[in-house]
Amino acid sequence: MSTQQRFTQALLSAEQTFPAGLFCHPDAESRFAVYRNNVFSSLTSALADSYPVVAQLVGAEFFAFMARVFIQTFPPCSPVLVNYGNAFADFIDTFSPAASLPYLADMARLERLRVEAYHAADFPGVGFEALSRFLEYPEQLHSLHLKLHPGTGVLCSSRAVFSLWAAHQGQGELAEVDPNHAEHLLVLRDALNVEVLLLSKACALFIQALQGGAGFGDAVCAALEEDNAFDAGPALALLIQKNLIIHAGLSEAS
Amino acid sequence: MSQYDINTPRSTRAVTHGLPARAGLGLKPDYFQPLAKGCDDLGFIEIHAENYMVAGGPFHYYLERLCEHYALSIHGVGMSIGAEGALDTEHLQRLNVLLARYQPASFSEHLAWSTHGPCFLNDLLPLQYDQQTLNRVCEHIDQVQNTLGRRMLLENPATYLQFNASTFDEPTFIREVVRRTGCGMLLDVCNVYVSCINHQWSTQEYLQALPLHETAEIHLAGFSEAFDRNGQRLLIDSHSAPVAAAIWSLYQQILEHTGPVATLIERDNELPGLAVLLAEARRAQAYLDNHGVQP
Repeated sequence: MSTQQRFTQALLSAEQTFPAGLFCHPDAESRFAVYRNNVFSSLTSALADSYPVVAQLVGAEFFAFMARVFIQTFPPCSPVLVNYGNAFADFIDTFSPAASLPYLADMARLERLRVEAYHAADFPGVGFEALSRFLEYPEQLHSLHLKLHPGTGVLCSSRAVFSLWAAHQGQGELAEVDPNHAEHLLVLRDALNVEVLLLSKACALFIQALQGGAGFGDAVCAALEEDNAFDAGPALALLIQKNLIIHAGLSEAS
Repeated sequence: MSQYDINTPRSTRAVTHGLPARAGLGLKPDYFQPLAKGCDDLGFIEIHAENYMVAGGPFHYYLERLCEHYALSIHGVGMSIGAEGALDTEHLQRLNVLLARYQPASFSEHLAWSTHGPCFLNDLLPLQYDQQTLNRVCEHIDQVQNTLGRRMLLENPATYLQFNASTFDEPTFIREVVRRTGCGMLLDVCNVYVSCINHQWSTQEYLQALPLHETAEIHLAGFSEAFDRNGQRLLIDSHSAPVAAAIWSLYQQILEHTGPVATLIERDNELPGLAVLLAEARRAQAYLDNHGVQP
């Protein structure tokens, strides 16, 4: 086994093993622990930066414990750490010590969408004028394809993750949130600001369908299946107002 | 000797003149807005390359505006120059794209390793200083310089362990790398101090063995202090404290050898208000203005 392989295995091992014999210090083990601490504390900080509400919900000590197991199981595979933690929400789903907080994994999903929105590519919205020529001809509207900004994310949760998240931003009282109430939300970036908005389930399904490449008509149908009173007007107005439509055409944009 | 200056067509090479011999600051998102207005205390800003390997959003928005006011240094923390395995060419290409976009005055990386196989460990890990490592580090630096079409600076590490099998001392190893690859040196004064205390080396001998005339940038930072189980002082390069008195004094001494060199106040953790760091930058600038003579 090579030196760096031994070093790496010892750094990440759950048993905190030490690659004896490599170093010339009488107390190499406590010095090796400095590197181990650097690895875990820097990666835990990176996760805490991406998942601040998850960290607040469980407290610093539990978060560090959960992060340690995650890092040992899924160490980063790229130096671009902004993407680290893509698998964190799925990990939390299976992390039994966190089972008493069934909304925790979806909170991680919400926070991941916020990170992705923040760093997503820049595209200008097409604006109402460019869309109006399609809206004037209802027969074309059905096959209208809307391409959404890459920073746009939809989350359908069986838990009240929007209300829980908002309460941690000083909006609403945490004690008044019923965590078992299903909520649907939209994460977006308008100019430089990331926003999180509460949606109806029908509206969430409408936007998800558009993201999946469905035409306007099919996306409306998906929403109507959930709620036969769904009105696409306000949903479309929201997408336009937040500059989320970056291309509109009668065929799916490449 | 590196081939980057022989085989790389001139037209593909970034036109750079290095960093101005002024004080600079590591850029953090907290400082985007106040620095975007311009600030006379700073001649340059430095970013960690990997943080800007994102598609868009505020990081690029502010960096583009800041580049109108300050020279830019791009400092890599993830290339793993000392890795036993091959360099990550995908990462090198991402770096190439970033450098092509911003045309920084300087690019630097570390004498360390941070990846093994598919794992990125997010720390600057120590190298065994032997002939095999020397050859490998030089090959990797050649590859980086050839790909980027420019000279890079190599930063000396802060270390907590020495390998039994090392056959070079650290400054001699660095001198050999600089001689063979033609890279420049980013002299981290805090790292010199931390390593010398941790291994009970003489800072004077360490500095004398380095090719100080190849110093193109200096880093100044604070450290935190611990003890190993034998009660020996163990300094940690934490980037979380003000520049220590011992570092200022070593800096002053180094400037007498190097003359004025671009000097970064490096703070990555426990960030204070911008004013605190600008005061440190002004102090470094005062040393630079006096060529190392105490202002």
